[in-house]
Amino acid sequence: MANDPIHQFRIHDIAGPWNILGHEISFTNSALFMGITVATITGVLLLAARKRSLVPGRLQSVGEMWYGLVHNMVDNVLGKEGAKFFPLVFSLFSFVLVANLLGMFPYFFTVTSHVIVTASLALFVVLLVVVVGIVKHGLGWFKLFVPHGVPLAILPFISLIEIISFLSRPISLGLRLFGNMLAGHIVLKVFAGFVVSLLALGGVGILGSLAPMAMAVALTALEFLVAGLQAFVFAILTCVYLNDALHPSH
Amino acid sequence: MDASAAKLIGAGIACIGMGGAGIGVGHIFGNYLAGALRNPAAAGSQFTNALIGAALAEGLGIFSLVVALLLLFVAK
Repeated sequence: MANDPIHQFRIHDIAGPWNILGHEISFTNSALFMGITVATITGVLLLAARKRSLVPGRLQSVGEMWYGLVHNMVDNVLGKEGAKFFPLVFSLFSFVLVANLLGMFPYFFTVTSHVIVTASLALFVVLLVVVVGIVKHGLGWFKLFVPHGVPLAILPFISLIEIISFLSRPISLGLRLFGNMLAGHIVLKVFAGFVVSLLALGGVGILGSLAPMAMAVALTALEFLVAGLQAFVFAILTCVYLNDALHPSH
Repeated sequence: MDASAAKLIGAGIACIGMGGAGIGVGHIFGNYLAGALRNPAAAGSQFTNALIGAALAEGLGIFSLVVALLLLFVAK
């Protein structure tokens, strides 16, 4: 197809193919953009923190707002003892945010539009919740699945539902980010494809192509909102899940 | 009916589920706005909760989108 909306998600080797013990470790465009993401985060934050003036400049304000947003989030949800999880939540938030925003540039690869990336991040968060919960509370952590004040007759069912809802967390956390980025980028390319095919008609088609063009511009604005919002949601759900590890009895 | 037509119909049916997510997100932000207009002082502190609720509701709609995409591109 000429305007294939799926083509943008194709992974291809930049260097390689390399193999170790039957596992492919080629340097792909996905890996390249993960590297660019990390380099961008590090570069922007280092530049922002370089001056450290009392009255912040533009870049320093960005850095302070970025830091302050995550700090407030961790402080509100996890409280004082959650402070040691701040670096983790900040890293996750920054990685997802910058990867989403970099994906908005034309011809750039969106790292978070691949389910393997988002599912790995989500699985890491949920495994961390289990490990921290058991290290901190021992077997008492499993009281998370036995809520207080529930009549004994329906307790098994409630526990079952709690366990299923806990097990579905890595799936929903990973799929939410993946689905949002994938769907958003497909919709953008579909509307861009309408513009091209209407222009090819000529005459009235050129006039008509203004409508999908306006829609594509509006959708781009929406996608920037979604990019920020999904990074925020990913970080705050990480906090909410970590809260279960720190305070299991609800 | 050949299998590819059934796949396309199935993908279309799966997308109906996203309507439910739309209703859910609309409910959450509608009620948030109604509450915020009654008590604007408390609105700021509850915006995060509104976002969490919207994300949880939206995630279920994304599931049906993923089912549709699986039917279109993965199912043989």
